[in-house]
Amino acid sequence: MNDPTAPTISTPIIKRHRLATRIWHWVTVVTMFIMIGSGIGILKAHPRLYWGRYGANFDTAWTTLDQWPSWLVSLLNLLTIPASYNLAISRRWHLLFALVLAFALLGFMIVSLVNKHFQRDLRVRAAELSPREVAHDVKEHLAFRFHDPKRPGAYNILQKLSYVATIFVLIPVMILTGLTMSPGMDAAWPWLLEVFGGRQSARSIHFIAATGLVLFIIAHLALVILAGTWNEVRSMITGRWKVPAHTSEDVA
Amino acid sequence: MSSLITRRSLVVGATIGAGALLTGCDKIAANPEARKILFMGEDMNRGLQRALTNRNALAPEFSPAQMSPIFRSNGTSNPGTADYTAMVANNFADYRLKVGGLVDRPLSVSLPQLRQMPARAQITRHDCVEGWSAIGKWQGPKLGTLLDAAGLKSTARYIVFTCADLYRGANYYESVDLVDAFHPQTILAWALNDQVLDVAHGAPVRLRVERQLGYKHAKYVTAIDAVASLDGIGKGKGGYWEDNVDYDWYAGI
Repeated sequence: MNDPTAPTISTPIIKRHRLATRIWHWVTVVTMFIMIGSGIGILKAHPRLYWGRYGANFDTAWTTLDQWPSWLVSLLNLLTIPASYNLAISRRWHLLFALVLAFALLGFMIVSLVNKHFQRDLRVRAAELSPREVAHDVKEHLAFRFHDPKRPGAYNILQKLSYVATIFVLIPVMILTGLTMSPGMDAAWPWLLEVFGGRQSARSIHFIAATGLVLFIIAHLALVILAGTWNEVRSMITGRWKVPAHTSEDVA
Repeated sequence: MSSLITRRSLVVGATIGAGALLTGCDKIAANPEARKILFMGEDMNRGLQRALTNRNALAPEFSPAQMSPIFRSNGTSNPGTADYTAMVANNFADYRLKVGGLVDRPLSVSLPQLRQMPARAQITRHDCVEGWSAIGKWQGPKLGTLLDAAGLKSTARYIVFTCADLYRGANYYESVDLVDAFHPQTILAWALNDQVLDVAHGAPVRLRVERQLGYKHAKYVTAIDAVASLDGIGKGKGGYWEDNVDYDWYAGI
C-alpha cells in the first residue's frame, strides 16, 4: 500500500461466521474436551464393550481395553478427567456437561434455522453429490485448495458433508445413546432401547460415535492449519475472514 | 518457513492449552465453590427427568430368553460378620426385617412372613455405575405394601435401608425418595432367577429400585426407616457411596 507501483493483490475481508455460530463453536470446544476426558474416565471403570441388552464380565465383549495398542492407552490416560481414576468425579463432569452439550446444540440448531445458516451454508444440493463433483473436490483438497475461487466464502462439498455428519448425526447419536444408558430414561422413553438395540449396544455406539468425533476433530484441526491457522481461528473469534490471496489471484 | 513456525507453535500451543485445561479441571474439582457448581448437575438431571417424564413410568421388562446366562454379583459377596454368618447357618430363621422411623405401626417381619406377602416377579436389567448390565428375574413384595402396612407419617420424605454388610466398619446404607419407594417395581426381592436369593446377591432380602443404578439396590437389608431428612444419617448424603466417594444420590442416570 505504501508503494503505489506495487501490484495490488486484492484480498478482501469477508464476514464468515455469525455470532451464534462462534459462541456455539467455542462452547462446544470446551464441552467436547471435558466430555472426551471424563468419558474416558467412565469407560475405564469397565473397559469392555458388548452388543445387545446386557453385558458383563461373563459375557462376550467385542472389544476390551487390553486389546488396544499401548500408545492408545497411554494417550487415553493422558486425556482422562480427572487425571487419577475417580469414577464419581468423571461422572459429575460428564453428566453436567452433557446438559451443556445438548442444550447448546439445541439452541444452535434453532438459531441456525431462523437465521438460515443451515439452509444457506450447509444445505447439500443434489448436483454437489455427483461423483464428478465429489472427485473434483477430493482432488482440490489433495492440492490443498479449499475454496472455490468463484465463491470463496462457501463450504465445499466434503466440508458440508463432514459438518452435516457431525451436527446432525454424530453429536445427536452421542446424546441419544447417552440417554439410553440412563435407567431412568429407559423407563420414560423405552423406544430409545429399540432404536439402538439395547443398553449395551447403545454404550458401544456411544463409544464408536465418540471415536468418529475424535477423528472429525483431528481432520478439522489439520485442515484449519493447512488452510491458514490464524485466518481461520480469527474468523471463528471475530467472524472476519480474509479471502486467501491465491484464491483472489485465481479470480483475477 | 513462517507458516511452519506457525503450525509448530499452534501444535505446541494447543498441547499446552489442553494440558492447562486438564490440570484446570482437577483444580476446579478440588475447589469447594466450583465443586458445588459441578455437583449441581445431579439436581439438574433429576429435575429434568422428573419434570419431562412420567414419574411412574415402568422400567423395561424382558422375556426369559433375554436374561443374562450368568448374573454377576458385585459389591459385598459375603458380609462375613458373626451375626450374619450365624443367620446363614440358621437359614435366616432368626432374621427380622424391621420397618420403623416415621411410621404409625413399626413392623418386625420374618422371612416366611415376607415370602407369604403378595409378590411381584419382574425380569429387569441391572445397570452398574461402572457400565455393565445384567438381566435377571426378581421376586418379592412391593416396598409400598410394607410401607402402607406400617403407615407412613405425613412428615416422612425418604426411606432409608440399613444393611448387614459393613463398609469401613459401618453398615452399608442407601435411601430413596417416596416417588421411587412407592413405584410399583420397587420390591424387596427374596428370589433371583426362581432361586432363593443367595448370599452373593444379597440374601435374604435386597432392594430393587429399577430406574436407578446398582449401588442403590441395597443388599442384605435388615432395617427400613422412614425419615424426614437425610441429615444426621451417615454423613448426610443418603448412602455409603454418596457419603464417601461422591456418587450421585439420584442414580437414575
